[in-house]
Amino acid sequence: MDKKVTAIIDKYDADRGQLISMLQDIQAEFHYLPREALIQVSETMGIPLSKVYSVATFFKAFSLKPRGRHLINVCLGTACHVRGASKVLEQIERSLDISRGETTNDFKFTLETVNCMGCCALGPVVNIDGEYFGQISAGKVDSILNKYS
Amino acid sequence: MEKIKSLQDLEAFRNSIAEKRKVGKPCIAICSGAGCLALGARGIINATIKEIERQKLKAKVDIKTTGCPGFCEQGPLVIIYPQNILYTHVKVKDVAEIISKTVINGEIVDRLLYTDPTTGEKFIHESEIPFYKKQRRLLLGNNSNIDPNNIEDYLALGGYSALAKALFEMTPEQVTEEVKRSGLRGRGGGGFPAGRKWESCHNAPGEPKYVIANCDEGDPGAFMDRALTEGNPHSVLEGLIIAAYAIGSHEGYIYVRNEYPVAVENATIAIKQAEKLGFLGKDILGSGFDFTVRINRGGGAFVCGESTALMASLEGKIGEPRAKYIHTVERGLWDKPSNLNNVETLANVPLIINKGADWFNGIGTEGSKGTKIFSLVGKVNNTGLVEVPMGITLREVIYDVGGGIKDGKKFKGVQTGGPSGGVIPESMLDIPVDFDELTKAGSMMGSGAMIVMDEDTCMVDTAKYFLTFLEEESCGKCVPCREGIKRMRQILDDITEGKGKEKDIELLERISATLKDTALCALGTTAANPVLSTLRYFKDEYEAHIKQKRCPAGVCKALIQYYIIDEKCVGCRLCEKACPVEAITFMGKKKPVILDQSKCIKCGICKDVCKLGAVGVK
Repeated sequence: MDKKVTAIIDKYDADRGQLISMLQDIQAEFHYLPREALIQVSETMGIPLSKVYSVATFFKAFSLKPRGRHLINVCLGTACHVRGASKVLEQIERSLDISRGETTNDFKFTLETVNCMGCCALGPVVNIDGEYFGQISAGKVDSILNKYS
Repeated sequence: MEKIKSLQDLEAFRNSIAEKRKVGKPCIAICSGAGCLALGARGIINATIKEIERQKLKAKVDIKTTGCPGFCEQGPLVIIYPQNILYTHVKVKDVAEIISKTVINGEIVDRLLYTDPTTGEKFIHESEIPFYKKQRRLLLGNNSNIDPNNIEDYLALGGYSALAKALFEMTPEQVTEEVKRSGLRGRGGGGFPAGRKWESCHNAPGEPKYVIANCDEGDPGAFMDRALTEGNPHSVLEGLIIAAYAIGSHEGYIYVRNEYPVAVENATIAIKQAEKLGFLGKDILGSGFDFTVRINRGGGAFVCGESTALMASLEGKIGEPRAKYIHTVERGLWDKPSNLNNVETLANVPLIINKGADWFNGIGTEGSKGTKIFSLVGKVNNTGLVEVPMGITLREVIYDVGGGIKDGKKFKGVQTGGPSGGVIPESMLDIPVDFDELTKAGSMMGSGAMIVMDEDTCMVDTAKYFLTFLEEESCGKCVPCREGIKRMRQILDDITEGKGKEKDIELLERISATLKDTALCALGTTAANPVLSTLRYFKDEYEAHIKQKRCPAGVCKALIQYYIIDEKCVGCRLCEKACPVEAITFMGKKKPVILDQSKCIKCGICKDVCKLGAVGVK
């Protein structure tokens, strides 16, 4: 792990202003922010671990818990909301038997919500591993989830 | 590509691009905006590349992936040049036919043309479609002509000529004066005059100075900054460089939210290409002016759209705002004078420099000049991005451009200004789009989300939605915002669950007033707007929830019941299969099913899947 983290820190010349970008890259690499990685960032860059931790927990994009192989993001932006996004979210929660923010026991799916993905014209929108599904309804949820086996 | 070192070099390079393009090869332009991608544009792009190879047309036909032209509802969109033929709802199986019929033979594929849902009329060109007719697309217009990853496309349309004009024909003071005189106001929400901001930053003591483009579009329901940064990144970049020149800054940032990966990618490529050609870096175009830009990604915090919070986040800290008794133009990023402009504001700058302040302030109203991009979404027929001149009425936007309300339902309200704005009712639809008029109506321009709501939208639920959003997004630094929003949300929870008390409305109003007076940043002081505006115009809905324990729109779960409309049900079993709790019992073919209220969890799936409209809500 430490080599990968070193490479990411080097990519940003250990610039304190790029801390958020670094954490983002670390998360992209490991799908979450492992404790050891945060310690390494803190030690290499001379930023107290508490500061790194505060950034890692302030921003919604970061997760300190390991995430599943597939990341489901349900958009809860206003446009999606008025077209029934919460019903879609509830159906996914029922189908996977997890709540938002949780990961299934087999680490297959992590379910998260986002406050707008900017696909407002096509709400409700769900994004799985970067792929967008537009104009979906609670009734279409299972057929989409079944694609990921 | 070699670095351009003078004005003559730039014009020579521009001419060489024009010369190269003289041949006029047919071109298939495929929208790769987020909306079209969500509808399967990636498949269309791949299929087109394959088909072109299969038909051995690679040398004869160009393929271009472009930014978002705004008509997302009709996606995936494909435009065939040079005839400018617009195809909508294109599917992978249509690709071969488009190429052999339209591209090769110039024939039109009728079924892919846009059809007006009310008149049935078909349209060949974008410009004739009612959705586009009342728009004035100064900023978005080029999105469908430009491959955002090819700087030559931008140059071919006159790109960077405003920068050249500013650098070689104008002093920094003249540039600022021109922008001041144009009346350009900040498009991110505040509406502060951009030229005055530049001037203050220019005059503030301290070096270095920073300029920042704000693409942290956290306002849920708005995506114009995304479309601009993804679709025409050089226009934003050019505006930013001109701002830097006017202010005397040599270092800039583009702050993009992490939820917009394509915007990050396209802006990064644009910066690299601009550096290579000498529009960025040392001695830009041989003018002696130096300027570099880097990209910072946000971490998914709404509050980071606020200037001081954004700058804290640029310093690698958590995005907490600070009190602004010292303005950021004096002490912002790293405590140095810093100028922050929204992406859409910056994209206007090259137009103003090229065409002049008088041209720009000829568009719009007394206090609001130019155009504004709105994301017209929700329960409206033509959802998408629309760019209209300031001063157009909300009614024109929703009915003429937006084509009216979906499924013939009744209009209830339009929410503008995002979580800081409010809902405007039918009776006020004739007010013009104007910073000051919208504020007077109890809402605000905000960043330009326009969410249309119909009779099926519950206003109490809408207010609750925004407060839930704001509660999650409150950074927690000041007590009024952290605690006030939470208490208000709890009261709204009670009301939507049928536990509302008569005094709740008064209490909501009192907390709202406290928030307005005491919160630290604009997100807190405006947080009560969604509640106040819905209370102002839709008090009867609140009262129905509180007094009659009824949700007139049929949204609030605790107050509604789903039921089978027996006359319409034919016993097709779709709902029975879809019901997650087996609350529906099949009674035989052609007989209505029975819904067991004691088992029903009100998930609404039965209503979703029913093709006959046989499930009602009361």
